[in-house]
Amino acid sequence: MIAKILGWAKGAWALVTRPATHLGLGFLTLGGFVAGVIWWGGFNTALEVTNTEAFCIGCHEMRENVYAELKTTIHFTNRSGVRATCPDCHVPHNWSDKIARKMQASKEVWGKIFGTIDTREKFLEKRLELAQHEWARLKANNSLECRNCHSAESMDITRQGARAANMHETYLFTGQATCIDCHKGIAHRLPDMKGVPVGPQPGVAQAPHGTSPHGG
Amino acid sequence: MRRLLITALAALLPAAAALAAAEGPGLRGTSFPTVNEAPAIAKETADDVKRERNYPDQPPVIPHNIRDYQLDLNVNKCLTCHSREATGETQAPMVSATHFQDRDGQTLGAVSPRRYFCTQCHVPQTDARPPVDNMFRDVDSVMRQGAPAEPQGGHAAAPAKAPAKGGGR
Repeated sequence: MIAKILGWAKGAWALVTRPATHLGLGFLTLGGFVAGVIWWGGFNTALEVTNTEAFCIGCHEMRENVYAELKTTIHFTNRSGVRATCPDCHVPHNWSDKIARKMQASKEVWGKIFGTIDTREKFLEKRLELAQHEWARLKANNSLECRNCHSAESMDITRQGARAANMHETYLFTGQATCIDCHKGIAHRLPDMKGVPVGPQPGVAQAPHGTSPHGG
Repeated sequence: MRRLLITALAALLPAAAALAAAEGPGLRGTSFPTVNEAPAIAKETADDVKRERNYPDQPPVIPHNIRDYQLDLNVNKCLTCHSREATGETQAPMVSATHFQDRDGQTLGAVSPRRYFCTQCHVPQTDARPPVDNMFRDVDSVMRQGAPAEPQGGHAAAPAKAPAKGGGR
């Protein structure tokens, strides 16, 4: 058995390393190029398909828990009709970061296959842990996915309520806090928050990444 | 028997119609069979300005939007700003000290469970016009100008039930 596999591997290796006898160099390079384009296009298309809301809510875990909750919030329904879809907030837009997140998501495929959160009860039990992963991610990248739409540069605090303007001026513009520090649970319901700090925590907030125009 | 009933009903029908017509426009503004156009949805008051209380025990009303504020077993969004520890950072008014007492008057370390659900008493306001004018006058204006010349047993007899001046929710 082992000898058979070894023999097969040897044959394959010889096939790959032996110079082509019948095919021209031009055919091989051009053909390789075209095949590469097709492969890359296919890969990217498939990647983009996994980056749509329809794909996310294809599983009942997402459709019946987090998506159902999103639908009542301002990120789904509002006066101007602009809305955020799942990947807008949960998948980084930069290619390399996106690929890194997609590789992490293979764990979620595992979870789907083995039914880690396939009932409401299991989901609620795991909810705090899942939320903490997202909070940690947004905290680490300085709320990048929020800032893809909400930029501090374009934020006209004179158009905000006095409370909001004051908080943004004190904590956001100075880089003492990032969006997710205060705005947890804006698009989904929160888990049991006992012991989880909510609100600006100037003591523990990290230094700004230089994305704030008023950063000091 | 059945026939009798139908005849009686048929006899009553014009009478009922006449009654409805005679009653004229009530709170609805039109007579009974017309379908009213839905009134426009009132705008929320969100100017962050404290409202005067109509009597000392009135729960202060909320001068801001509370859309999507989660208030359940898991989390109380109001307390992220109005809790004792948060008020330094947020400059929001602290929950009143009475809210730390249980029903036996024992002061607890945190907001008492019976006071946990803020919107049971504190409500945001809108610019909706109440369909019936509110006759309530606060105690100071009554003391200054004397009791109102309203008929006895009218609205003025039960002032304590009057809602906030800013209109209902």
